[in-house]
Amino acid sequence: MSRFLLRRVPQAIIVLFGVVTLAFLLTHVVPGDPARLIAGPNASAATVASIHHELGLDRSLAYQYGKFLLGLLHFDLGTSFALQNTPVSTAILRALPVSAALAVLGVLWEAVLGIPVGIIAAYRPGKLADRATTLASLVGLSAPPFWVGLLLLYLLAFKFNLFPLSGYEAPFINYLILPSFTLGLGGAAWYARLTRTNMLEALRSPYVQMARAKGMPERVVLLRHCLRNVLSPLLTMLGMDLGYFLGGVVVIESVFGLPGVGKLTFDAIGTLDVPMITGAVLFAAFFIVVMNLLVDLAYALVDPRVRR
Amino acid sequence: MTAILEVDDLTVDFTRAGTRTAAVRGVSLRVEAGERVGIVGESGSGKSVTAQAVMRLLPTTATVGGSVRFAGQDVLAYDAAKLAAWRGADIAMVFQDPMSSLNPLLRVGTQLTEGLRRHRGLSKSDARAEAARLLKLVGIADADRRLDDYPHAFSGGMRQRVCIAIAAACTPKLIIADEPTTALDVTVQAQVLDLLDELTERYATATVLVSHDLGVISSFCDRILVMYAGRVVEAGPTDDIVADPAHPYTRALLDSIPRLEGELPRRLPAIPGSPPFGDVPADSCAFADRCAYAQPVCRTVAPPTVPVGPRTQAACHFPLTLAEEVTR
Repeated sequence: MSRFLLRRVPQAIIVLFGVVTLAFLLTHVVPGDPARLIAGPNASAATVASIHHELGLDRSLAYQYGKFLLGLLHFDLGTSFALQNTPVSTAILRALPVSAALAVLGVLWEAVLGIPVGIIAAYRPGKLADRATTLASLVGLSAPPFWVGLLLLYLLAFKFNLFPLSGYEAPFINYLILPSFTLGLGGAAWYARLTRTNMLEALRSPYVQMARAKGMPERVVLLRHCLRNVLSPLLTMLGMDLGYFLGGVVVIESVFGLPGVGKLTFDAIGTLDVPMITGAVLFAAFFIVVMNLLVDLAYALVDPRVRR
Repeated sequence: MTAILEVDDLTVDFTRAGTRTAAVRGVSLRVEAGERVGIVGESGSGKSVTAQAVMRLLPTTATVGGSVRFAGQDVLAYDAAKLAAWRGADIAMVFQDPMSSLNPLLRVGTQLTEGLRRHRGLSKSDARAEAARLLKLVGIADADRRLDDYPHAFSGGMRQRVCIAIAAACTPKLIIADEPTTALDVTVQAQVLDLLDELTERYATATVLVSHDLGVISSFCDRILVMYAGRVVEAGPTDDIVADPAHPYTRALLDSIPRLEGELPRRLPAIPGSPPFGDVPADSCAFADRCAYAQPVCRTVAPPTVPVGPRTQAACHFPLTLAEEVTR
């Protein structure tokens, strides 16, 4: 366990360092001048130059990068260009609860919709339930989330007034159900297929034959012998999804007007807010790396063969 | 002696994408209490399917005909609850691959005790004690501690011992062993067979041993059924069949067992061709194309099963036993 961490934590740090460096450099390669965007189209060259100086953009790239890394060592992500005088970390931490709630609910939808459907489909392959879920999951996989989101907004929020249209205020759950459902739908379709495949494999496996030959009733065969083997690989994938969603889901948050990390990132890209973009990317990468670690640890708990 | 298992004219067809394939075409067999019967044949001869049909373990794509009676009861008419109560308690099975027939995510103890608790109604602690006793019985050292191990901590031979312990747990009247030694090293094969031998002897458990290896079968079984292309082509007591095979296929199987006598090294004779897969024309002998003794009639008339010796039957137009008598 400690040996595992000793190996994985340095790996994780290297990955994060690489991601941050790439994000930092990319924002400088992209054409456009953040100072010009801040000053507005009619600003004089002198104003733009003074903003340049203020933001430290007149220094060399190496200097800017070094300053940025030095700040990181003190957990200082810098100050946003666009949101005047707001530290990047403050902005992200403010947006994080929204993204976290969306991520957790989204993963829940994935599991709650996808896994039972896959199990039912696999139990009677080729029958009506199986065909229906295969078709439904194909639709779920192919439909782009922004389109599904708009469709749901139009039907459930606009036509029938069941949910608020956009925004985020108390009671928050009302504002989260539709976006998280949209977020989870694609994943649910994917999990339904995966569960079905795993379940079919498990049902055909010799250990299930053996359990039947032992006289275990079908319920025990399914719940004790199959499900464990089906769920353990899914668990790791759900964990990865959570990490991925925690970093902010740009499309969903934009469609539903949720003030999460994804929306923050999206807006920062629009204004070439370099510190904000790098900060958000670092956060997203951090969650993915951490969830990867946790998932590997959890996997060892579920599957004795991985344990060492 | 009373018959524990009576299989009469068993047929199994698999339907896949609208086409039917016959896997078993009229197999009859009878196992007395405490008796050991071997079913031998090549891959695809229907021997494993026969075993699975008896256990009612075939997938829904299979159609089973004929009758299977266990201690006088019609097994094919059992409902799910009756099946679950019957399997594991009165009849048990040992599978081919011990590497995959134990659930990798459950402790060996759990897999042993679940049957004991269900069929014998033991409490948790009693079942555990009994499981430890069983593990010791099949020759696993430090049994009490090993109950908490997962299957991956056991070697192949040890896993098959565990599987045999599971099968023997509730002292069933019949154990069906489907190629129990095929996946094991040769040295381990003998140990596992000895174990099976010892256990079935001790509890007077009837055994059906399914194998492609006539050598294994003949050392273990009282009686042999030779299967080819879904039919029993020869049946009788082991001694009679090994000493004096009637069907050319049995003869060829016997010839392909390595022997230590005579000049060595030498090539083992192989049977030319391969067994038919899928449908065999109803009015011919399925072995005719590979048979050295085949005559035109073998390709136009399916041979009926007839007595070919005092205690043996075979389905052949020209049984070797009778041919020898004529030439003598």
